Amino acid sequence: MRSDRAATVLLIVVLLALVALPAVAGKYYVQLATKILIMAVFAMSLDLLVGYAGLVSLGHAAFFGFGAYLVALAAPQYQAANFWTSLPLAVGGAALLAAAIGFFAVRTQGVYFIMVTLAFAQMVYYVFHDTKIAGGSDGIFIDVRPDTALFGWTPFDLANFVHLYFVVLAVFVAAYLVLRVVLASPFGRVVQGIRVNEHRMKSLGFPTFRYKLVAFTIAGAVAGLAGYFGAVQYGAVNPEMLGWHLSGSVLMMVILGGMGTLAGAVIGAAAFLLLELVFQGLSEHWQLLMGTTIVLVALFLPNGIAGLAWPLQRGRSG
Amino acid sequence: MDLGSFLVQLLNAVQYGLLLFLIASGLTLVFGIMGVINLAHGSFYMIGAYLAWSLAGKIGSFWFALPVGVLLTVALGMLIEWLLIARLYARDHLYQVLLTYGLILAFEELRGMIWGNDVHGIPVPAPFTGSIPLTETLAYPVYRLWISAVVLALAVAMYLLIQRTRLGMMIRAGASNREMVQSLGINIRMLYRFVFAFGVALAAFAGMISAPVSSVFPGMGGQVLIVSFVVVVIGGIGSVKGALVAAILIGLVDTFGKVTTLELGGLRVLPDLAGMAMYLLMAGVLLWRPEGIFGKRL
Repeated sequence: MRSDRAATVLLIVVLLALVALPAVAGKYYVQLATKILIMAVFAMSLDLLVGYAGLVSLGHAAFFGFGAYLVALAAPQYQAANFWTSLPLAVGGAALLAAAIGFFAVRTQGVYFIMVTLAFAQMVYYVFHDTKIAGGSDGIFIDVRPDTALFGWTPFDLANFVHLYFVVLAVFVAAYLVLRVVLASPFGRVVQGIRVNEHRMKSLGFPTFRYKLVAFTIAGAVAGLAGYFGAVQYGAVNPEMLGWHLSGSVLMMVILGGMGTLAGAVIGAAAFLLLELVFQGLSEHWQLLMGTTIVLVALFLPNGIAGLAWPLQRGRSG
Repeated sequence: MDLGSFLVQLLNAVQYGLLLFLIASGLTLVFGIMGVINLAHGSFYMIGAYLAWSLAGKIGSFWFALPVGVLLTVALGMLIEWLLIARLYARDHLYQVLLTYGLILAFEELRGMIWGNDVHGIPVPAPFTGSIPLTETLAYPVYRLWISAVVLALAVAMYLLIQRTRLGMMIRAGASNREMVQSLGINIRMLYRFVFAFGVALAAFAGMISAPVSSVFPGMGGQVLIVSFVVVVIGGIGSVKGALVAAILIGLVDTFGKVTTLELGGLRVLPDLAGMAMYLLMAGVLLWRPEGIFGKRL
């Protein structure tokens, strides 16, 4: 429990620093922090599957990208989408897609699950890449950011980078709290029990298929939420937002930070994006450095960055 | 569709299916025997194609490039197993996924550094440059028939190797109980290294022989990897026989999906959505038998 309390204190300190950030940092850093927070929400949603439910999904970008595409598809051409209707549309749409894919994928286990999630995500990729429904391989530009007017009152402007930052920060905190509540609920306990021993949970009378499907759907919905803001910040959507390279990257974020801790996913997202920046600054062949880093993390850092600190604390308190 | 073009499409479907089988069999063998999921399998296919292109250019003959390329990729496979994969046998699949994903990024970048990012073509090698006339207007390229024949011969050889030889016996024993085989005095580490390198060489060989019919281009490994995953899921993981059946099935569904026109309620379904057909096939198989057609019950 002590490691949990330490994590909470750390999280509050980080949160205060994040709130103060736009007052001290320039536009570049605020935008970078926005991107990190969006990816952190995405990584936390995958952590729910990988770290808590024991479901290693290699197709999680499908839900992120689908949420992103719904921003563009919800908007009339050259006009703004309505924020208050398009956000639930994106989250709900991603949840529906996750439920549909999960209906097939969750029947399988282990290495099958990895391959099936990858294959279905790639199917979604090809639908957007090969057909004309959303701009094909070029994607769609989001000319105008979603309109947040509510009965004539505009609480914030998503085209303003500081406003967007605070909205994303609020979304990040909300997503973190929702996932914490889900994990602490009886539902969350069952899902974690399934990871440890699915047969035992089954023989205790839990319909594990339904529990896993619901977990998969929740993770998809949260990924769609991240995708929505990803599209708003980037100002465009393209099939790569659904592609398996993004699925691989987000899996790397979860493991790099330390899976099964939520906070680890956040650390992982930040570390991954910062590493990417450093490597891009070092060499035009930064993908080689990234690939090598991923190989080294898989070999030598199985519990991630969070795993470096927390086992020590556990040893002291126990 | 008349009989002639139907025949051409059928041959195309079988040839594509057999090529898929060649790639997927390496994937399914490595998983079935070693319990390792290798995302970089598609990269080895890409490396094979680029090797064929650059070696054929340097040596001047495609037929000399083939054995040299195979030897090089076997060596690469052994090196990777020794350096990296061997450290992950006792770990969760998650880490194999992560490590081999990192390898994809590294290989893709190295490919760009060594061979550039251009698209290349390889001329069809003699003596298979001709075509066999099927009807008065249609002909079928001999090289494609040669590909099918080679893959079939390899499939038979693989079957005999695994089922009928002493080495195959050791491999099968190693798949069911690693410790037991080791304690009987068989060098299981070398055996695994051989199996992994064999899987790598299969993928690379598929890339080499398909280079003259499809072009050689960056990112060619990614698509192949995902199709082979679908093959392995449908056929049943670890089953070479399942991979053969599933690969031919996908070859047929994919090829005929692309040449058939189908409208449902005024919407053109085929060939526009032909690319989805194999995923729907996979979804159907998952509902019917989640462990795949020839897979062991989970």
